Amino acid sequence: MEYAIETENLTKSFGVITAVDRLNLKIKKGEIFGLFGPDGAGKTTAIRLLTTILKPTSGTAKIAGYHLIEDAKEIRKRIGYMSQRFNLYGDLTVDENLLFFADLFGVKGKKRDNRIKELLSFSNLTQFRKRRAEHLSGGMKQKLALSCTLLHEPEIIFLDEPTTGVDPISRRELWKIISDLHLKKVTLFITTPYLDEAERCNKVAFMDKGKIILIEKTKKIKERVKGDFIEIVASPPKKVLKVIKEINDVIQGEIFVDRIQAWVKNVQKAIPLISKRLKQEGFEIRAIHSIQPSMENVFIQIMRELPKKDERENICHN
Amino acid sequence: MRKKISQLFRKNRITFLVKKEFLQIKRDKRLLPTIIILPIMQLLLFGYVVSTDVKHLATAICDFDRSAASRQILSSFSNSEYFDFKYYVKSQREIKDLIDEGKARIGIVIPPNFSKKVALGETAHLQIIVDGSDSSSANLALTYASKIIRAESGKVSQELLSKMVVQKPIPNLSPQLRIWYNPNLKSVNFMVPGLMATILMQITLIQIAIAIVKEKELGTLEQLIVTPIKRVEFILGKAIPYALIGFCDVVLIILVGLFWFKVIFQGSLILLLFLSLIFVFANIAVGIFISTISKTQQQAMSTAVFITMPSIMISGFIFPVENMPKVIQYLVYLIPLKYFLIIVRGIFLKGIGLKTLWPQVTPLLILALVMLTLSTRRFQKKLSD
Repeated sequence: MEYAIETENLTKSFGVITAVDRLNLKIKKGEIFGLFGPDGAGKTTAIRLLTTILKPTSGTAKIAGYHLIEDAKEIRKRIGYMSQRFNLYGDLTVDENLLFFADLFGVKGKKRDNRIKELLSFSNLTQFRKRRAEHLSGGMKQKLALSCTLLHEPEIIFLDEPTTGVDPISRRELWKIISDLHLKKVTLFITTPYLDEAERCNKVAFMDKGKIILIEKTKKIKERVKGDFIEIVASPPKKVLKVIKEINDVIQGEIFVDRIQAWVKNVQKAIPLISKRLKQEGFEIRAIHSIQPSMENVFIQIMRELPKKDERENICHN
Repeated sequence: MRKKISQLFRKNRITFLVKKEFLQIKRDKRLLPTIIILPIMQLLLFGYVVSTDVKHLATAICDFDRSAASRQILSSFSNSEYFDFKYYVKSQREIKDLIDEGKARIGIVIPPNFSKKVALGETAHLQIIVDGSDSSSANLALTYASKIIRAESGKVSQELLSKMVVQKPIPNLSPQLRIWYNPNLKSVNFMVPGLMATILMQITLIQIAIAIVKEKELGTLEQLIVTPIKRVEFILGKAIPYALIGFCDVVLIILVGLFWFKVIFQGSLILLLFLSLIFVFANIAVGIFISTISKTQQQAMSTAVFITMPSIMISGFIFPVENMPKVIQYLVYLIPLKYFLIIVRGIFLKGIGLKTLWPQVTPLLILALVMLTLSTRRFQKKLSD
């Protein structure tokens, strides 16, 4: 099996700080890989290493079958990279940006024109062709940046926090584009701080302080969950949570807006137990039922099982 | 064959970069005026304001002698264009006051027995008082004054001698001064070529540093790295537009110099442009270096000013390098501007060619190559760190 991305102890240090510490990844062709982690975890540095922007301090990697350092030029022809910040020319128009990058990637003639037309229509930017990039909205900028990285039809696309600071509609549109690319067998490497986006990936990894602390197939990750999750709607949530947490069967509870999600050992036992207890305390239960754990629940659980308690707290609040 | 095609391909990539750069320059509302108006402003300012010529000095006269001899010597002062007789006073004290108030720059005092002594063939004294607070013009004024007095005294002794020895020519040594290349010693002739060099340096060095740092600041540089562009192509794509702009400024300055200031241009324009190219490369090298140590455009700007200002001061643009302390003179050897100033002035004023200029061209070329290699290397290294 040939991997799209394969790293071996890839490490990057800036002085005394090790931003990426012995990264070992194997990502299959056509997968959507999600790299999660809090700000400063080293996600961006990792992506910048894999996209040949930074030179690793030690370790190696193969991207699209090419050696990271020796064949950097070949890699660049085959990958697309969209950074966290808007990295295009604000003083050039949408069209000019697209043309410029098409030229640089050697996409020419009719193929170029068709490709641009195609990208403009799927990113809904056709009517803004003549507008300067700096005057686009955040979501449109992001879509333009994505279009520019797709011009040369790369095999692997690296997206560094594509949905950060983007409105919900654009966010959904971006994910639509990403799944379309997935259908075309493009490999996608995505970093994001939003845990709920993990569900859209085939494989996820969680990174903290430069290290990957968890890497798993998305399907399997839910299998790792021990116990069940239930949701309770009762008010006031804060007081309810306090009561619930005292129950033996409840491992952990968390407030999500107006409801409480609890992680319990066994759903069959827990629901009657909790209902009884809350009634005793005089709370009115509007709803109580078992739920499918969300990625967020899963991560919270897994994080809690990992060592070093004080650090976990930082990672898991959202 | 394959190599040729790929080379052609690469060339194309540079043209894309150049095209993009010009598109951005066109849209930049501040850059265009800087590139066109700034050179003309500097030229006009320096051409008019910075004049090292000393002319029409306000002069105060105190003639105690009031004789034919004193009038004769005074008239030779007033006939020169250096001294304007503004005040006729009756005491030395008044001269002092006039100079203190800044109304007069120079005072001439002729003592009462001046003509008597001349007639008797004795040494006659006359006093020149100069305001030394501006040392360089004071020096020049004194030089002019003693030149006039020497000429006068020569005439007087000739007359006396010819009265004594009848009808025999008297041997006399006199220098025949001829000033070449800038016969009227007009400082504009000296300034304009110098300005061409300094403006070319400022435009290319500062603009390239800013243009690179701008891409760094906006993150577009990162985006370019992930494309198949080579770093050298990127640098060329930046350098070519600003080198071209620098050339336009060179032509602009020459035109204004020739038609407005009537500066002499003796040499070959093609040679000048060719050697400017080497100079531009040296500046681009410094610009690239600045871009590697600056994170923001502001930092790049101040670093560039920090580098260009002293180099203009010590490279012989206004003050001759020969008069500087030895340490600085050695330092100046490393400044490309020093060599280019000599080259530009040589071509403008003397019309000299490569044959005479090679002692300047060689170090300039070596400096440019070394600096370009070092700074490109540093640029490449810094990028992936």
